[in-house]
Amino acid sequence: MKFSGLRAYAFLYLVFLYAPIALLPVFAFNDGTVIAFPLKGFTLKWFAQLFENETLAGALTNSLIVAFSTSVLATTLGIFAARSATRYNYPGKAGAMGLIMLPLVLPEIIVAVSLLVVLLAAGVPLSILTVILGHVLVATPYAIAVLNAAFSSLDRSLEEAAYDLGETKWSTFRLIILPLVTPGIISSALMAFTISLDEFIIAFFLAGEQTTLPTYIYSQLRFPKQIPMIMALGTVLVVCSVMLLATAEYFRRRGIAKTGAKDTGGFL
Amino acid sequence: MTQNVITAKVPLEQRRKMIEFDRVHKYYGDYHALRGITATIREGEFFSLLGPSGCGKTTLLRTIAGFEDISSGSVLIDGKHMEDVPPNKRPTNMVFQSYAIFPHLSVGQNVGFGLRRDPRSEAEKAKAVEEALEMVGLKGYGARAAHALSGGQRQRVALARALILKPKVLLLDEPLSALDKKIREQMQIELIKLQREVGITFVLVTHDQEEALVMSDRIAVMFEGEIAQLADPETLYRRPASRRVADFIGVMNFLPAKVLGEGNGHVQLEVAGLGQVDVTDEQASAKPQGGEPAVGFRPETLTILYEGQTAQDRESPGVIDEVVYYGDMTYYDVKLDGVETPVRISMRNVFGRPVLDVGTQTRVAWSPGALVLFR
Repeated sequence: MKFSGLRAYAFLYLVFLYAPIALLPVFAFNDGTVIAFPLKGFTLKWFAQLFENETLAGALTNSLIVAFSTSVLATTLGIFAARSATRYNYPGKAGAMGLIMLPLVLPEIIVAVSLLVVLLAAGVPLSILTVILGHVLVATPYAIAVLNAAFSSLDRSLEEAAYDLGETKWSTFRLIILPLVTPGIISSALMAFTISLDEFIIAFFLAGEQTTLPTYIYSQLRFPKQIPMIMALGTVLVVCSVMLLATAEYFRRRGIAKTGAKDTGGFL
Repeated sequence: MTQNVITAKVPLEQRRKMIEFDRVHKYYGDYHALRGITATIREGEFFSLLGPSGCGKTTLLRTIAGFEDISSGSVLIDGKHMEDVPPNKRPTNMVFQSYAIFPHLSVGQNVGFGLRRDPRSEAEKAKAVEEALEMVGLKGYGARAAHALSGGQRQRVALARALILKPKVLLLDEPLSALDKKIREQMQIELIKLQREVGITFVLVTHDQEEALVMSDRIAVMFEGEIAQLADPETLYRRPASRRVADFIGVMNFLPAKVLGEGNGHVQLEVAGLGQVDVTDEQASAKPQGGEPAVGFRPETLTILYEGQTAQDRESPGVIDEVVYYGDMTYYDVKLDGVETPVRISMRNVFGRPVLDVGTQTRVAWSPGALVLFR
């Protein structure tokens, strides 16, 4: 067959992408400390260990706080930036937007190290607050990218029509623009949340004594007997991620159905 | 259909001034979009701004709505200066080119959107919405989702949404350009009837000269930010003030002419292909426009004479150069003797009369009264 080479390539690509993830649950339920075949038998003890681990619970709580705060802050800032980028013209706009979006391509380690130096010099104690600060910096450009798409697909005359029909600029924003960009806002919030949740470098540099989920996982990899528990943790995270994505996709499709817009494929 | 008192009874020039432009200029940076517009639109008038894209017609409309600030001059609505009045406080409503139907609201919510700040009870507002929908022929559509409507229906919703607020002026920005031909023609007639019924001043922006001719009481033809001619449709068609206006409105044939003499309200001309002609001063453009003088005439003012027919007025010989058959009409391009550029002649097709072939020697009947002189 003509495309058999391409098919094989696509197949191998997918195997390479998903096989490691598929192995997570396999070893999470395996009754043995060595990550190797043959399997030793079924157990739930790694999951039990997971739920009893207080350090892990602390790291998870930290990560959720950081991710939630980052999500809200980055999306809020993103709304302002996207609105300004799509609707207004002012001197220096292109330059300002370019600089705001730069962290997308800037190595995170540079952001992390320079932030660390500045924060230490300013005498700011390192904690999850400083991690939030760093994460907002990194997540906001992604939020803007998603929200820009949502705002720029809005017909400008919708806004003018509401203004023309007696609404003020603010009530127009609330009654017309906000409902129509809600799917974009949800996408942006979920993306910022995910970016923050698994971010390692900034968390590693700026968290001080505290740990987040990624830094905790990294610290545990030094102990081979902890690895099955990390596998169990990974399994839980995969299940949660799939559920989160499914929810996001549900809301996105509902938003499209409500406004009758054409489905151009979701970001997620 | 009942006619509004104003549109039915009072002649245009006796009505109150609804919109007054006085030396309106608009600059976008260095670009001079409106160049000293002065015009008056009367109460209950169906007024059109007609011109090619980029002529400033939409900009001018948007200065009435308040979406564009003007650089100098003044815009008055119903005698009041509008410079410091924002769009939400102006007695105008607009039908947008894209209709701007709010996609997340139902048809009824769209139509009733402007009533949000209205002190009336919910029941009264619902009744007003129902009446507005009925007025545009969408009775019972209130609960439907707005995004499920067809183009024509969206247009009606946009109309109802604007008219429910009983504005003094309704602004229409190319409202029919997105519709296909049949629905567009039907909507043109409906809009005229609706306008007569409600008696509201309509200001329409269009690039479609036929649409402007069909619908308007008066038309302002605009080129490059200036009004080239402001007149009623018939005057505009029969006595265009310049070659440019003549070219933009319908089809106009031009033949080079030489002025032999003038006086006593007449101009004597030598016209290529037609010979010596006398026209009245009314047929001549007021001021010389530069370039060589020419006479213009519409395709339907000429008739091709068949075997045995004679002209009532004048006739000139020529050869048929091209034939375009349209069913009800046939367009002939005829080369008059001594003229290289053919003139276009439209003939209504009559049962039993054959369509002529290319190359046929023919005689063309015309009348000096139908000519316009551009000099």
